[in-house]
Amino acid sequence: MSVDAATVKRIGRLARIRIEEEEVAGYQSELNAILGFVEQLSEIDVDGVEPMTSVTPMTLRRRDDVISDGGYADKIVANAPLTEDNFFMVPKVVE
Amino acid sequence: MTDLTKLSLSDAAKGLKAKSFTATELTGAYLKAIEAANPSLNAYVAVTPDQALEMAKASDEKLVQGQGGPLEGIPLGVKDLFATKGVHTQAASHILDGFKPEYESTVTANLWRDGAVMLGKLNMDEFAMGSSNETSYYGPVVSPFRAEGSNANLVPGGSSGGSAAAVSAWLCAGATATDTGGSIRQPAAFTGTVGIKPTYGRASRWGTVAFASSLDQAGPIARTVEDAAMLLTSMSGYDVKDSTSVDLAVPDFAAAVERGVKGLTIGVPKEYRMEGMPAEIEKLWAQGLDWLKAEGATVKDISLPHTKYALPAYYIVAPAEASSNLARYDGVKYGLRVSGKDITDMYELTRAAGFGREVKRRIMIGTYVLSAGYFDAYYVKAQKVRTLIKKDFEDAFHAGVDAILTPATPSAAFGIGDEALAADPVAMYLNDVFTVTVNMAGLPGIAVPAGKDAAGLPLGLQLIGKPFDEETLFAAARVIEKSAGGDFAPKPWW
Repeated sequence: MSVDAATVKRIGRLARIRIEEEEVAGYQSELNAILGFVEQLSEIDVDGVEPMTSVTPMTLRRRDDVISDGGYADKIVANAPLTEDNFFMVPKVVE
Repeated sequence: MTDLTKLSLSDAAKGLKAKSFTATELTGAYLKAIEAANPSLNAYVAVTPDQALEMAKASDEKLVQGQGGPLEGIPLGVKDLFATKGVHTQAASHILDGFKPEYESTVTANLWRDGAVMLGKLNMDEFAMGSSNETSYYGPVVSPFRAEGSNANLVPGGSSGGSAAAVSAWLCAGATATDTGGSIRQPAAFTGTVGIKPTYGRASRWGTVAFASSLDQAGPIARTVEDAAMLLTSMSGYDVKDSTSVDLAVPDFAAAVERGVKGLTIGVPKEYRMEGMPAEIEKLWAQGLDWLKAEGATVKDISLPHTKYALPAYYIVAPAEASSNLARYDGVKYGLRVSGKDITDMYELTRAAGFGREVKRRIMIGTYVLSAGYFDAYYVKAQKVRTLIKKDFEDAFHAGVDAILTPATPSAAFGIGDEALAADPVAMYLNDVFTVTVNMAGLPGIAVPAGKDAAGLPLGLQLIGKPFDEETLFAAARVIEKSAGGDFAPKPWW
């Protein structure tokens, strides 16, 4: 499988990374080089093989459904580029 | 007085306990060394002298009363990937500009609990994506090693290139590092240092900037096997805040270092004998096996048939997980923001400006392989291959193998700005061909210096162990370290 220029732009939009027109060709050839490299996986028969979900044989731990942390909104927003009254500020989303 | 920075970590710890010198003196010596070397090596992206001297003073107060933890007063460098409260934590990326966490990673908190002193934050490949430390927003780290008769700058390896260079050049007594596909072991091999990636789940990932969550593990880089063992003992342990951390007692790894290899079976996988492998690496590998045999180990040929598929499967799994993990960098919660005409525009411009080329490339690949219609063909397939890779190792261990010996890297360190590598992303990825299998299977792996190439550059061997059997790796690595008996210190030019 290989990607064309339109696909590169579509992936950029999905990934929320602006790809400028002059960058498309570069990304296209790099992505195709990597996809070409991973193509060798098609040689392997994986019928009946379980996909790995956990590398260590363990059940994911669950914790009690209780509030165990929090109460410091000021710290949560301390590193944000723009805040007001402990809210993250973003450009208007809904008209 | 001898140069305190030249002491091994364990000797420094002994000297501090014996009151031969103080933590303040030791820390001062390292700070002075950093000041002199960092303009040339670029190993540190942030130095924290005030905090270091304050921590050293607190250690001295304990040491004078005969108290303190196992690392009391030991100055360490911290990879920029670990959250350190109130201190530069940017994964060497532009997108985390100015980020100073309000919290401390579990691994670094464990080290401070045991008395260690923080010297500063170490350079790395951006978001740990790279094998040469050239993708850092802060510029490449320069290796303390140079080929004999050459002034050309070499890479220290990556992604933990700052950690490896700083340890090797005596700019810290030891360093934290992380390993997703070889990022501890490859730079350790390039710089004549010891680096161990423990079993997945041994060290908590909490507070470490995530790259590929099912592969990432923290570990130390140090100048000796014993030093690495001491650091790993402190860094490890169960943590309720990381659901994949394993609730298992942490052994005193340093106690296992002199255990020897008598009676152990060492596996030699035929698939690691790559076509075009330099003869000196082949020779080093054979030499390593002879050393282990001389100390009473048995060598056994084994097969790990899916080895060649580990790297291609990795370049699906790791970018997929990265594209998901790095979605959080959106210009809202922390770091860089580039304004746009609406919120989507802001996201796209922020991420285009904030991420470097290699990171963007991997996010793009990850986004593609996870996108509708491709998920089964790429991601699910890669996870199935991963099951097969793990089974290869399990079969070897069931057949009586205690540890596996391989080369750590396919070559010695290469030059900064290597054009052939820059032109082909896959060529750079091949650096991890011997190390990446270990991450895919969640196993522990250690790189230990074992020899030098014709130009005098260090070469490392890798030992791969059973899950949670890091002790055997330390014991076997110590045999190689002792047998090599070499001097793997760089000749200072900086």
